[in-house]
Amino acid sequence: MSQQVAWQLSLVLMTLLACVFAYVGGTAGTREEDYTPLQKRAYRVRAWLFWILVLLFGPVMVYTLLDLPYDAATSRSGGAPAQIIEAVGYQWRWELSRDHVVAGEPVEFRVSSADVNHGFGIYDPDMRLVAQTQVMPGYTNKVRHTFDREGTYKVLCMEYCGIAHHNMMAEIKVGRPEERR
Amino acid sequence: MASSIPTPTPDRGAQAGVVAYLVTTAAVLLLMMVFGLLMRLEQAEVTAMGPGWFYELMTLHGAGMVGIAGLAGAAIMWHFLRQYVDLSEKIFLANLAFFLVGVVMILGSVLLGHFHAAWTFLYPLPAKSMGAWSQEAAAAFMGGLLVIGVGFLLLYLDIARAVIARYGNFARALGWPQLFGRDDGNAPPPAVVASAMVTTVNIIGLVVGASILTMMLVNLYVPGFDIDPLLAKNLIYFFGHVFINASIYMAVIAVYEILPRYTQRPWKSNKVFLASWTASTLMVMFIYPHHLLMDFAMPKWMLIMGHIIGYLNGIPILVVTAYGTLMIVFRSGIRWDMASGLLFLSLFGWAAGAMPAIIDGTITVNYVMHNTLWVPGHFHTYLLLGMVTMVFGFMYYLGKQSLEAGDGMLDRAAFWLFAVATLGFTLSFLYSGQASVARRYAAHLPEWVPYARLGSVFAALVIVAVLVFLLRFLGRLRFAMRRAPRATSVRGAAA
Repeated sequence: MSQQVAWQLSLVLMTLLACVFAYVGGTAGTREEDYTPLQKRAYRVRAWLFWILVLLFGPVMVYTLLDLPYDAATSRSGGAPAQIIEAVGYQWRWELSRDHVVAGEPVEFRVSSADVNHGFGIYDPDMRLVAQTQVMPGYTNKVRHTFDREGTYKVLCMEYCGIAHHNMMAEIKVGRPEERR
Repeated sequence: MASSIPTPTPDRGAQAGVVAYLVTTAAVLLLMMVFGLLMRLEQAEVTAMGPGWFYELMTLHGAGMVGIAGLAGAAIMWHFLRQYVDLSEKIFLANLAFFLVGVVMILGSVLLGHFHAAWTFLYPLPAKSMGAWSQEAAAAFMGGLLVIGVGFLLLYLDIARAVIARYGNFARALGWPQLFGRDDGNAPPPAVVASAMVTTVNIIGLVVGASILTMMLVNLYVPGFDIDPLLAKNLIYFFGHVFINASIYMAVIAVYEILPRYTQRPWKSNKVFLASWTASTLMVMFIYPHHLLMDFAMPKWMLIMGHIIGYLNGIPILVVTAYGTLMIVFRSGIRWDMASGLLFLSLFGWAAGAMPAIIDGTITVNYVMHNTLWVPGHFHTYLLLGMVTMVFGFMYYLGKQSLEAGDGMLDRAAFWLFAVATLGFTLSFLYSGQASVARRYAAHLPEWVPYARLGSVFAALVIVAVLVFLLRFLGRLRFAMRRAPRATSVRGAAA
């Protein structure tokens, strides 16, 4: 979802900029000799532009800070996780304490590395990235995610770690709650 | 208010050193672009070089592009700054010598020693290759970066000396008396303000970079000398972020200096301009945690700081530099040629690339976009269509044979090919990023291959256009050093 919004918003903003540059580039052929009045008008427009940007970006900047993925205990999943997966990254494989969880209940991943930096990226059955954290020797990063549907999810390495980085994958089976074991 | 010279007065020709920098830029840039294309072709399953070669090319492409962006930016800054302060040409050339020595060390490390820990050389990967490269290869790579860094540090120290000799201190060079007091019209010109900013941040960045490289070199041979991986990552990204962004801030001096000559309108160092450069000085240093948003072990306040400054950082780019460019070009009667056209295009590229970059710096978006191809999508937009396009504009400017010299059909075709192909190339990265395609993968999953194929086509077209730009520049080298007016006069202006 975030990915589509990011893409569409980027396209809109980049197109808007392209239109403005094309308009100014296109009208640049005729000369308005006296620059001072034009400059005064442009400074007024700039002040408006500044406040428009503040009013547009400001609320977005604040709103997007309301749901951060860092603090597992206060994440949107809420509550104590019934399912915990300890994950350790090695060059070039993942070691997971379990590879079966159920949908609809939060899963806490406790991720660390035995050697170099890795990235723990969880991909849904459609190969959409749904959650990630960096993996670093000497640190355990916790990331909490609630799988909203069953299926086979993949874990891909999201930080370059050497010659077989692209092969560093694992699978997590997400079943229905009644399949709990 | 101080401003860049708005009249078609003769430009000082480029010093031999500037020409040497730009010829080096042309050679390295083209080679690194070919490496980039080969990487895309591998992901597209058109070639089958294997992961060893892929990651070696990736390491060279990253290190080479960052280094050459710094070198080309320095050439532009030095060329224009020497109008205002007394710079040492010997130090300028010494930096090039250090650069070339560093390049040889890096090439040896990668091509002979098979080092491929990426240009980011994240600790402790260089020391943990699983037998893929030797300790010596890792030392040659990091040593090469260190040598290049020493050269740049020498250059910036000389610039600092020259700026202080002329303006007394950096506060004056940044225009602080005019910013915080009454604007007496004596603020330094934009080229000096930008140079003071870049010198300040790059001296700090290079010292930080040299520190972590030295620590990692010691660790290579004395493994007991342990480094905290998170501290190492902070130091590497601080240095890397500052250095690559400084390359844009140096290259944009070409826009400040050249476009006013084409439009015969001044680019003023007024309060807004000075405020934006002072803000950028601080923001470019404090924004770097946005590279570590997925490092949950980082202090949360630093990550939130990265998120917030990511938004604020867009304002000077959009409201001051991009808007300033639009202002002086609007109804200016400018006669477009390759130099002015590329400089104008470059500001679009910088501003356009800032959009997906700001979005990526949003923590909740980064959670599902970090280290996907979205990242090279936005940085190729503001570096290739922004910073590198400024360099091409500068090259065309220096190579102008006469005041009214026009451009050939081939150049104009290359301009439009470059603009369209670069946008296609960067959008293919961005689209891949929104489809969750992971970056730095030697082999792509079957469903990702079509994106790589499309990207390869655009990358090849970019190289065709760039080949025209660079061959044209090399063919006009003899004009680059002449003292002559270069900016074509505006329509309707008195001769």
